[in-house]
Amino acid sequence: MADAAQTGNSGNSSILRINKLTKKFGDVAAVDSVSIDIRKGEIFALLGASGCGKSTLLRMLAGFETPTSGAIVLEGEDITRMPPYQRPINMMFQSYALFPHLTVTQNIAFGLERDGMPSDQIDARVNAMLDLTQLKAFAKRKPHQLSGGQQQRVALARSLAKRPRLLLLDEPLGALDKKLREQTQIELVNIISEVGVTCVMVTHDQEEAMTMADRVAVMQSGRFLQVGAPREIYETPQTVYVADFIGNVNLFKGSLTVDEPDYVMIDSPEGKIYVSHGITGTQGMAVQVAIRPEKICLQRTAPTPAERESAREDGYNCVRGIVKNVSYLGSYTTYHVKLDTGMTLKVMNSNDARHDENRLDWDDTVYAWWDGSDVVVLTQ
Amino acid sequence: MSNRRKPIVSTGDRLLGAFGARTVIGIPYVWLLLLFLVPFIIVMKISISESDGIHFKDMFTISDGTLTWNVKWGNYAFLASDALYVKTYLSSLYYAAITTLICLFIGYPFAYFMARSPAAWRPALLMMVMLPFWTSLLLRVFAWKGLLANNGVINDILLGLGIVSEPIKMMNTSFSLVIGMVYAYLPFMILPLYANLVKLDIRLLEAASDLGARPLTAFWKITVPLSKAGIVAGSMLVFIPCVGEFVIPELLGGPSTLMIGRVLWDEFFSNNDWAMASAVAVVMVLLIIIPLAIFNKYQTENAAREKGRA
Ligand SMILES: Nc1ncnc2c1ncn2[C@@H]1O[C@H](COP(=O)(O)OP(=O)(O)OP(=O)(O)O)[C@@H](O)[C@H]1O
Ligand SMILES: [Mg+2]
Repeated sequence: MADAAQTGNSGNSSILRINKLTKKFGDVAAVDSVSIDIRKGEIFALLGASGCGKSTLLRMLAGFETPTSGAIVLEGEDITRMPPYQRPINMMFQSYALFPHLTVTQNIAFGLERDGMPSDQIDARVNAMLDLTQLKAFAKRKPHQLSGGQQQRVALARSLAKRPRLLLLDEPLGALDKKLREQTQIELVNIISEVGVTCVMVTHDQEEAMTMADRVAVMQSGRFLQVGAPREIYETPQTVYVADFIGNVNLFKGSLTVDEPDYVMIDSPEGKIYVSHGITGTQGMAVQVAIRPEKICLQRTAPTPAERESAREDGYNCVRGIVKNVSYLGSYTTYHVKLDTGMTLKVMNSNDARHDENRLDWDDTVYAWWDGSDVVVLTQ
Repeated sequence: MSNRRKPIVSTGDRLLGAFGARTVIGIPYVWLLLLFLVPFIIVMKISISESDGIHFKDMFTISDGTLTWNVKWGNYAFLASDALYVKTYLSSLYYAAITTLICLFIGYPFAYFMARSPAAWRPALLMMVMLPFWTSLLLRVFAWKGLLANNGVINDILLGLGIVSEPIKMMNTSFSLVIGMVYAYLPFMILPLYANLVKLDIRLLEAASDLGARPLTAFWKITVPLSKAGIVAGSMLVFIPCVGEFVIPELLGGPSTLMIGRVLWDEFFSNNDWAMASAVAVVMVLLIIIPLAIFNKYQTENAAREKGRA
């Protein structure tokens, strides 16, 4: 009890505290000692490859899986062993799990009826939910008479109807096609923020996590590798796995040759790299350097020192190669540039000009260069 | 309408395909026509025919240019007026209903836990449900005599243990009749229920639980409504044959357990009154067809729902 009160006090904006939560199936830990504080009102995304334990963690929050060890504390109350039907938490299921024999209205009212709410209040609440999710016209239909997008909104309405203190979303848009998914992402975020509910969502789609979430946790083998705002995770990944998992990245392997407090230099087979910030490392240490494709410039002639003042010294942050692939993707074009060492550099440049006289083509020899501040050095 | 090209199939294949499909659908219909509808019409005709004691008169006779219409509804009138027949019908329906209910109460939990058991066990459990079919029904029903008789196994044990001082009369009562029918028809309840329950999506129960439904509420609000088709199918499969059941009432029933199957037998073979027996049979078929029609309605509704879901 004292423990619960204490955890409730620390961090006044925290609504849910997960403490060293572990779930083992046999000998394998599907979730391995995860600790995190979820802040009130935020959308927190669990992101990771298939089988990394996202669903298992979410199902423990809902109460469908019993943790092997650890604690779940919601607003100061330990709910680790509380059955799902008593938790003030609602979940939107992966393929919605709408009750096929009930109408949209009855589906939404199901949870309210379980609370013994008077029927006039239920009607009012269901109507509010139908308005919120724009389902008025479909109130009397059965789930199988609805499109995928409409079913998704019913599932959302049903999970919001009871005003849960925490909303869990398992792959909320996984069953929708790409076009509808992008539109629904925004819609979903709008509804969630209108209601003001705290959300934990699971997704394996990094774009979805980036678009919707306030914070993202990248998971691997049941552990959190990195937790942070989408931008932070994208711009400053802490591990090779995270850098590689979130978006596209070019990785250079090398060793630290100069280690100064405000800059470092790295030697890699592809060339010398200058980084305009310090890192925690020792000279001679093996590192990887990550550069995002859109941070690289391509041109036919070697860049002049004036063009790239931040590179500081000539010969740094510039490699030469041959264009091996050009994919025009509308607003931007991606290039695959083959370097002398055999490495393929991915570059992504936006298409600002309609008619680019200087357009690069297959088998052109090009110089690729980047700014020393756009580089992330990864030591693990 | 659509100008999409048909898959290229040789004429021979197509002919065979169409012919094959028609045959497959047609054979059962021909079967039903010849072996159900035609005999039924004959039975119906017999039930309303005038008889001179040996032959049945034709329905229409033309003599002296006048058409005579020889129909008598007397048998039906007699059926309706004789309290014994009415009572027997009601009692048949009653025993069939009791049997169906007991089968449902035993069969539902059985099918439920079978469907929830580890997938590796299910074939073995299913096998056990069907195992009784490996011996003749007659034999199995007869075996109950050995169990329930006054000097049968159960009474012997009860007497031996001193629980009762004289044998309990169980044979040839409604008790033995219902036990026999429940025993014989239970698999017909379990199998459709199992087939239905095993398809139930566990996540629906999780969703119910998530929304605040305790396990029992989830069962009543989700599992039971969604297994309605299985309940209806199982109940029909038990109820319909039970109404007209002859063997089990004959072997296990008593003088007080009136069943229409036995009346039918008596009319045909003891009284030799074919017209009366036919009338009894026709009414029985009608009594059965009504629940069958309800069953059919459910099936079509269900098929429509399945289709909508796909
Ligand atoms: N009931 C279970 N019994 C045994 N192992 C399980 C069970 N549920 C999950 N696992 C294992 O735990 C690990 C994590 O599973 P989980 O479903 O949480 O993955 P996930 O991140 O949700 O993956 P996906 O993106 O494919 O849904 C997997 O290796 C899985 O095989
Ligand atoms: Mg999952």
